[in-house]
Amino acid sequence: MKPIFPTTLLLVEDSPGDVRLTQEAFREANQAVRLHVAWDGAEAMAFLNRQGANINAPRPDLILLDLNLPKMDGRQVLAQIKEDANLKTIPTVILTTSVAEADIDKSYRLQANCYLNKPVELEAFEALVKSINDFWLTRVKLPQQRPVG
Amino acid sequence: MTEQRIKTLLLVEDNAGDVRLTQEAFRTANKSVHLHAASDGVEAISFLRRTGKHANAPRPDLILLDLNLPRMGGHEVLAFIKKDQGLKVIPTVVLSCSDAEADIVKSYQLQANCYLTKPGLLDAFDTVVKGISDFWLTRAELPPQRVTA
Repeated sequence: MKPIFPTTLLLVEDSPGDVRLTQEAFREANQAVRLHVAWDGAEAMAFLNRQGANINAPRPDLILLDLNLPKMDGRQVLAQIKEDANLKTIPTVILTTSVAEADIDKSYRLQANCYLNKPVELEAFEALVKSINDFWLTRVKLPQQRPVG
Repeated sequence: MTEQRIKTLLLVEDNAGDVRLTQEAFRTANKSVHLHAASDGVEAISFLRRTGKHANAPRPDLILLDLNLPRMGGHEVLAFIKKDQGLKVIPTVVLSCSDAEADIVKSYQLQANCYLTKPGLLDAFDTVVKGISDFWLTRAELPPQRVTA
């Protein structure tokens, strides 16, 4: 069941601490993960649309998206991904500290593939990354790496 | 994250054997699940819209959807759910025997929340159900329940 090919993830997250923790937890959970980081919503869209310095950016197999981001908010990023015929097939998982019902409802309404609460405790955070790896990168069938119309 | 509230699942599956196996696997994996079964796409829609004999049907927290169904196929059911303003927030997991890329891509295009393949072996079946239970019913934040759809 383990993925044979490297799996490309795009993490959209503005907190350097959370980025570092996510990188370390994935390194522990799955050696085949290539984790790219976009530090705000505008950078995430430039990465996905291969604009500017991102001309050679790979297409991610999975996107992990924080909601509260500078420049362009996570909800806007999600809406743009899911309105784009080419990008909408990339599973997009919300990873946020918010457990507000309004945020959960709005995210599913914008067709987030899943909503996860980011825990503050280190061990719980590592367990969450492991469960993302066990479910999304091991069990789930992700679309193959090719543009679809 | 470890909410004890009873979760309502709708399983859309025409194979009586698979329905039975899924029920048994959930009984083992998670005590707080009410599993309802619809044996084809038309019945699934009737359950979700609370028409006919399903007038008092509960709103599911999660939908497990087979693709090959009599009367109305799984892709059609998925398209219906994801176009309906009241229903689109309900996470809908495709659970199919098919691992054809066309079925996987089409499901994500229609905004399936994730795509899982049904394994042939009995043990593996329990593992998939446990994976769904551990991830979707324990880890993920599900949309808030509403009184009206």
